[in-house]
Amino acid sequence: MTPRLIEVRANILKENDVLARQLRQRFKRAGVCVVSFVSSPGSGKTTFLEKLMGRMAARHRIAALVGDLATENDAARLRRACPQVRQITTGTACHLDAKMVAAALEGWVLEELDYLFIENVGNLVCPSSYDLGEQMRVVLLSATEGEDKPLKYPTIFNTADVAMITKMDLAVAAEFDLEAARRSILTVRPGMRIVEVSAKTGAGMAETVAMVEGLRVRAQAGC
Amino acid sequence: MHELSIALSMMEQIEQESAKHRGTVRAVQVRIGALAGVDCDALRFAWEIARAGTPFAETELEIDQVPLMVRCPQCGETREAEMFAIACPRCVTPEQEILMGQELELRSMEMET
Repeated sequence: MTPRLIEVRANILKENDVLARQLRQRFKRAGVCVVSFVSSPGSGKTTFLEKLMGRMAARHRIAALVGDLATENDAARLRRACPQVRQITTGTACHLDAKMVAAALEGWVLEELDYLFIENVGNLVCPSSYDLGEQMRVVLLSATEGEDKPLKYPTIFNTADVAMITKMDLAVAAEFDLEAARRSILTVRPGMRIVEVSAKTGAGMAETVAMVEGLRVRAQAGC
Repeated sequence: MHELSIALSMMEQIEQESAKHRGTVRAVQVRIGALAGVDCDALRFAWEIARAGTPFAETELEIDQVPLMVRCPQCGETREAEMFAIACPRCVTPEQEILMGQELELRSMEMET
């Protein structure tokens, strides 16, 4: 028999996309604003998030999920800022997916939250393919990394909404060329919002809080 | 890196789709866009591992690599772009509309009875 060609035309990660869409609807109904953070390992996601949550915890109800291959260390660190934190240990997987997020939310009442932060596994490649149902995805690049990193990892910058340059307090010591970094980001993703922060000195943190709060206000207004 | 997860998702999808038809799956055709974040060589390698010991152990993976195609909203030019330099070279407009290049699609299956 001659072989027959059967059209499928389906997204390979359809299952994840469907689940992510359901999560997004669930978050919206519950009125919780969900922001995820991706970066390479060691760019300061956890420190940044600890400081961000610390600044927001008094005024908002916050929870966080944090992904790593192993250990509960990051969850323990984030709990210093706010108690409702769960670690997702992925074992060997190099990224979070919508299923892991859904499972980690088990037992939490989303209606009682204003913000949910998701810290992805430190990886600039794989998380880009997996929608987690978040409202905003932030990609972090630290001042101690190469200014051309966005050019090397364009996909993640293309799937994120905001770029954040962290560890700005180390910029001088690392001879970090801020303008070159900004150019790299904008070459890959024209018009992308860029925020420069230092979790250590607090520079840029107020702007970040305002951005995140603005996101929730806009979502509630339905835009 | 995450190509094995993608190969396993593909496998599940092929399992579901092929169950609707008679015969064995000789080959599958997938479309991978330049912006999909998937390395085609790594995916081929992952496919070898994923298919071993399954009913699809002989199923060939055929990859159609889709270039990044963009359209300039300003001057209307449609062209293939490098993913690390997306701005329009003609009128320097930075934001471009992505026409294709984000595909991660199981396009078709070739079945034999």
